[in-house]
Amino acid sequence: MSEKNKYQNRRDFVKKVGKWAVALPIAYLGYELIQKTSAQEFVWQIDPYKCTQCGQCETNCVQTVSAVKCMHAYEMCGYCDLCSGYLRQGVKERNTGAELQLCPTSAINRSFIENPYFAYTIDEELCNGCGKCVKGCAAFGNSSLYLQIKHELCVNCNLCSIAQTCPAEAIQRVPNSKAYNLKDGYKPKES
Amino acid sequence: MNKKILYILLFIFIGWNYFIYGQARFPKPEFDSGYNYPEYQITEPISPVWEYIDVAVLLIVLTLTTRFTLKTRSRKSIILISAFSLLYFGFFREGCICSIGSIQNIALTLFNDGYTLPLSVLLFFLIPILFTIGYGRQFCAGACPLGAIQELTGIYPVKLPKTVETILSTVPYIYLVLSILFAATDSHFIICKYDPYVGIFRLNGPSTIMIFGILLLVSGVFINRPYCRFLCPYGVILNWVSRFSGKHLTITPDICTNCRLCETSCPYEAIIPSDLLQEKESMVKSRKKFIIYLILLPIITVGGIFFLQMFSENLAMVNQKVRLAKELRLEKENEIKAISIDAVTFKESGSTLEQLFLEEQQILERFRKGTPWAGGFLGLSLGLALLLTTINRKRDEYKPDQGKCYSCGRCFEYCPIHLEKLELK
Repeated sequence: MSEKNKYQNRRDFVKKVGKWAVALPIAYLGYELIQKTSAQEFVWQIDPYKCTQCGQCETNCVQTVSAVKCMHAYEMCGYCDLCSGYLRQGVKERNTGAELQLCPTSAINRSFIENPYFAYTIDEELCNGCGKCVKGCAAFGNSSLYLQIKHELCVNCNLCSIAQTCPAEAIQRVPNSKAYNLKDGYKPKES
Repeated sequence: MNKKILYILLFIFIGWNYFIYGQARFPKPEFDSGYNYPEYQITEPISPVWEYIDVAVLLIVLTLTTRFTLKTRSRKSIILISAFSLLYFGFFREGCICSIGSIQNIALTLFNDGYTLPLSVLLFFLIPILFTIGYGRQFCAGACPLGAIQELTGIYPVKLPKTVETILSTVPYIYLVLSILFAATDSHFIICKYDPYVGIFRLNGPSTIMIFGILLLVSGVFINRPYCRFLCPYGVILNWVSRFSGKHLTITPDICTNCRLCETSCPYEAIIPSDLLQEKESMVKSRKKFIIYLILLPIITVGGIFFLQMFSENLAMVNQKVRLAKELRLEKENEIKAISIDAVTFKESGSTLEQLFLEEQQILERFRKGTPWAGGFLGLSLGLALLLTTINRKRDEYKPDQGKCYSCGRCFEYCPIHLEKLELK
C-alpha cells in the first residue's frame, strides 16, 4: 500500500466518523422538533380587546403604509351624529369638514341614513392604521372601530415587527383558518 | 322564584358580555329607512398550500443545483437556477420564510412550550442541511435568495487581506449564537430584523435596513457575497456539515495536474492549494503549535463561558419586558418618570409591579443559564479554528475547502481539463 493510500484511508475514516457525528444530532433534533410541529400555518393578528391604540402599528410595520387597517363592526356601531371616532373632541360643528375630523388621512366616510343616524365606513386605501379613531370610539362610543391586520397587505414576517414592540402584547400568531379577530363575529363567506 | 334567579343570571350574563366586549353605550339603532349593514372588506390570508409549494420548489431547486454542480458542471445553469430562486423565493414570495431565519423558530420551539412550529418551517430548516450532508452547500449555490442576489451582483471580485478576512469571518459565529440566545428566550428575532436584502425583495421597508441592504449590495460587487461570508448564521451550520459531506464539487473533473490556473479563480478564498509546489511549515514546528493550541482549547472555552456570562444582564436588555422592568424600577427608586409607551401602557393595564419584576427575574434567569452555553460554544469554535490551522495535510491537488465552498462553480472554466472535456462533448 502506497503512502498516499494510507493517508486516504485515514481521511476517509475521519470523514465517515464526522458524517455520523453531524447526522445523528440533526436526526435527533428533527425527532425532537417533529413532536412540537403542526401542519397548521400561522399568521399575525391583533386581539382588539388587548389593543391599547398606542399608534405603533402605523409606524412599526415593515410596509411603509402599514398593513394594519381600521375595521368597523357595523352591528356594534351606535350610528351617532356626534361620533367620537370621527370628530375631534370639543368641535362645535358636526359636518364632514377636514378640520373637524380625528382621522389624519380623512379615511372615514360619514353618510346620513335617517334622523338622527349617520353611517361611518372606512376607506382602507387611505387608512394608515394609526388608531386615533379607535381610541376615540373606545373612549366615548360603542368601541365598534378596531384595528386588524389585513392579510392581503401583510407579508407575514417570521416575527412581526409590530408584535415585537406592541406594548400590550396584542399581536399574536393565530391559525391561518381563523385569520381575523372580528369584534361582531362576522364570518367571511367561503370562497 | 326560580324564574327570577334565571332572569338575574341572564342579566348578569348580558352585562358581563357588555363589560368584556366593548362599551355598548349607545343601543343598536333600528332603522326605518331599510338601511343594510355594509359588506366587510375581508380577504383571507394566502392559502397555506403555498408554504408546501415552497417546500416542493426548494426540493426541486436543490436537486437541480446538485446536478449542475456535480454532474453537468455548468456555471451557466447554476446562475440560471440562482436567478430563478431569487425571483421565486425573493421577489415573488418576498423572502419569508427562509432557512436562515428558521434557526430562530427552531430555537424558540426547543426552549418554549407555547410556540407550535409550522411543518414547512421545520422542512425549510432541515432539507438544506440534509442536502449539505450529501453533496455540500448546494443551498448556498442555488436555492438561497440572499446568496443568489449576491452571486449575481458579484461581478468584480477583489481579494481582501487575509487578516481582515479571518477577523470578519468570526462574525457569523457571534451572530448565530446571539440569534439563538435571543430567540430561545423569546426576546427578539435579530436575523429577520437585520436581514439586509429582504427590503430589496419587497421593494419596501424601514429606511435604515434599506440603506444597509443597498450598501451591502454595492460593496458585494467587489467583495463578493459579503453577507454569506461575514454575517450568515445558517452558513456556519452548513459550513460544519459540509466538511463531512459525502460528495462535493471538485475543481477539475479528472486528476489535477497542478497547473495553478485555478489558484486565483475563487473570490471566497475557498481553494486549498496543493503543496507540491510550495514550501510547508516543518513538521516539528506545526506539532509544537498543535500541542500549544490543544492546551489552549479548554482555556479559551472556559474563558468564553465566563466572558459572556458577565454580559448576561446587558444582553437581556434586548428583551422588551426586561427594559420595561428596568424603566419602572428607576421610576420607583429614583423617581425618574417612566414615559415610554411601554411604561404608560403597563400602568394603564392594571398589572402589578411585583408580577412584572417576577417575570423579569425569570427572563434574566434564562439569560444567565443561556449565556455560558453561548460563550462556551464561541470559545470552543475559536479554539478549534486555531487548532485546525496547525493541521498540515499532504495535498497533491487543488481542492475546494469543503466548509467555505459555496459550490458556485466559478472555478470550473479556469480548469483546462474541464474546458478540454467540454470541447470533446
